[in-house]
Amino acid sequence: MTGHNLAERLGRGLHLAFCIVVFSFLIAPMLVVVPLSFNAEPYFTFSQGMLALDADAYSLRWYRSVIVNEEWRLALTNSLFIGLVAAALATVLGVLAALGLASPAMPGRAFVTGLLISPMITPIIISAAGMFFFYSKLGLSQTHLGLILAHAALGTPFVVITVTATLSGFDQNLARAAASLGAGPFAVFRRVQLPLIAPGVIAGGLFAFAASFDEVVTVLFLGGLEQRTIPRQMWAGIREQISPEILAVATFLVAFVLVLLGVVECLRKRGGQGPVGR
Amino acid sequence: MALSLAAARFRAAALTLPLVAFIGVTFLAPLGTMLVRSVHEPLVADSLPDTLALLDEWDGTSIPGEKVFRALGLEFQELHKQRALGGVATRVNRLETGMRSAVIRTARKLRDVNPDSWKEAVIAADPVWGEAKAWRALQQSGERYTARHFLHALDLGQDSVGKVVLQPPDRRIYLPLLGRTLAVSIVITMLCLILGYPVAYLIANSSTSKANLLLLLILVPFWTSLLVRTTSWIVLLQNQGVINDLLVAVGVTTDETRFPMIYNMTGTLVAMTQILLPFMVLPLYAVMRTISPSQMRAAAALGATFRQAFVRVYWPQSVPGVAAGSLLVFILSIGYYITPALVGGRTGQLISNLIAYHMQQSLNWGLAAALGAVLLGCVALLYCLFNRLVGIERMRFT
Repeated sequence: MTGHNLAERLGRGLHLAFCIVVFSFLIAPMLVVVPLSFNAEPYFTFSQGMLALDADAYSLRWYRSVIVNEEWRLALTNSLFIGLVAAALATVLGVLAALGLASPAMPGRAFVTGLLISPMITPIIISAAGMFFFYSKLGLSQTHLGLILAHAALGTPFVVITVTATLSGFDQNLARAAASLGAGPFAVFRRVQLPLIAPGVIAGGLFAFAASFDEVVTVLFLGGLEQRTIPRQMWAGIREQISPEILAVATFLVAFVLVLLGVVECLRKRGGQGPVGR
Repeated sequence: MALSLAAARFRAAALTLPLVAFIGVTFLAPLGTMLVRSVHEPLVADSLPDTLALLDEWDGTSIPGEKVFRALGLEFQELHKQRALGGVATRVNRLETGMRSAVIRTARKLRDVNPDSWKEAVIAADPVWGEAKAWRALQQSGERYTARHFLHALDLGQDSVGKVVLQPPDRRIYLPLLGRTLAVSIVITMLCLILGYPVAYLIANSSTSKANLLLLLILVPFWTSLLVRTTSWIVLLQNQGVINDLLVAVGVTTDETRFPMIYNMTGTLVAMTQILLPFMVLPLYAVMRTISPSQMRAAAALGATFRQAFVRVYWPQSVPGVAAGSLLVFILSIGYYITPALVGGRTGQLISNLIAYHMQQSLNWGLAAALGAVLLGCVALLYCLFNRLVGIERMRFT
């Protein structure tokens, strides 16, 4: 019996140790970037001074050089502009579609869902190449509008999936009750459904924004110098002139994700039984 | 009742219509354009209509007659005037190496001549026109609809009598690359499963608050920019990077023998496994949290060892999650582009990188489109399988 117990405890310990290693594998690379972004030297590695925790070895120079750099500023403006408009477009279209898909009467649901999710599964290089051919014909390449449409298309699956998940926990009787009390379809949506699925809608919109904010391949194919975004600028930095500026931007992006997930977590808690379906 | 059902169906469909239309125009139409491009290449046909029409009656082996030479000369003169010859020259060159310069040289020499014998003048401009192979290349590149990009993408060629044959092994490029992409995807899927299964098991069997915290450790990397994660692997793995510095410091290796861990296949494998791991853990967890822990306790109470209980009770119920996660990781990895492009060096490139190369550098868009179509076919097949086995709408991101 003790032998059995011992083996079990050993197994558990090994399992836990293994999981710690895997979690470190997931998280550690990102954590390494943060201190290195404060490197006073133009290198991607820890200097002796940094390891000795010498204050002089740390500096904000890379943050400063990002902030004063025109290109990075243009990139931030572009990323925010394209991301916000694309996310808004994706959210409106995605919520409508999710409402349709959640209805038990929806004809051909599996097929339509598969179709609407396909932008997420299609290899990005194929989407970008196709968009390059097609959008060029329409005169949309090297325009902000072209990128907004591309990113909205790539972002809609996130909205559809998140909102559909929220709606699956929605009691259709509430809508029926409202309708029987004389509410029109729009009033039912605005006064009953929307408040209940709002956390899912916001989460979906945030994810669509995050997807656009991180997208680089369509920008490579469709964007010109005027449409450079943050990921595009990072891409250029990694491929051409490697500088710790990139680490400063990377740290900023990690912080951005932490804030984003914090917001979603709050929404989830406020939504009670889990609007985004955990 | 029947009427109200019809009305409900109509309403549901009408709600999805705007997005279906939007995806149709912004996403599916581009994919369609790409597929058309892979078989449709009208430039040469549009540029040399008279020559190609006359070549229709050509036997394919002799030297064509004066009429054909005259049409070619006149059309070359016209294209030269419009500066539209480059595209034609490039396309003919893809079928017969050396034709690019031959076409351009010929057109330049014929610029403002009006000879009695066009045949002599053209052959004098470049003797290659006295050989049937030049005319064959011209004729083939003039086909409006062509399967040759697909043949090319599958390493197939046509021999002298037009039979489709596999290229000799040393000239095959795309099939080995496709094979390598599939092999890499299988390895990454296995790695993600081996690393992800125990982690998902741990999260699924933790208390709610602990599980939420652990999930956050999966979600933060999942939502962090791909470029950030790829950059961090460069920082860690490069020759002067953190890990090599550490290994030198503890004496595992010396300054001269630092391990090449990035800009090769190792870099691609390590970075992609880390980046795709959350796509394995999340679907696994979604299934595992529905498996009640009391089943394992019941099995143990009935005398099963942990291994027996796991193999007979837990594993079979977790298989849907294994299938979902594995298919998802596999689908995503066969189309992966960014990470191999940045950390794969020369040996760690996958099929997507070659598509990008033909899109951006060699500018052979027809071939890029055909390679894209082959890849899209693979992904579509797997996606249908995934949808049938798992149902895409059961995916979660938070």
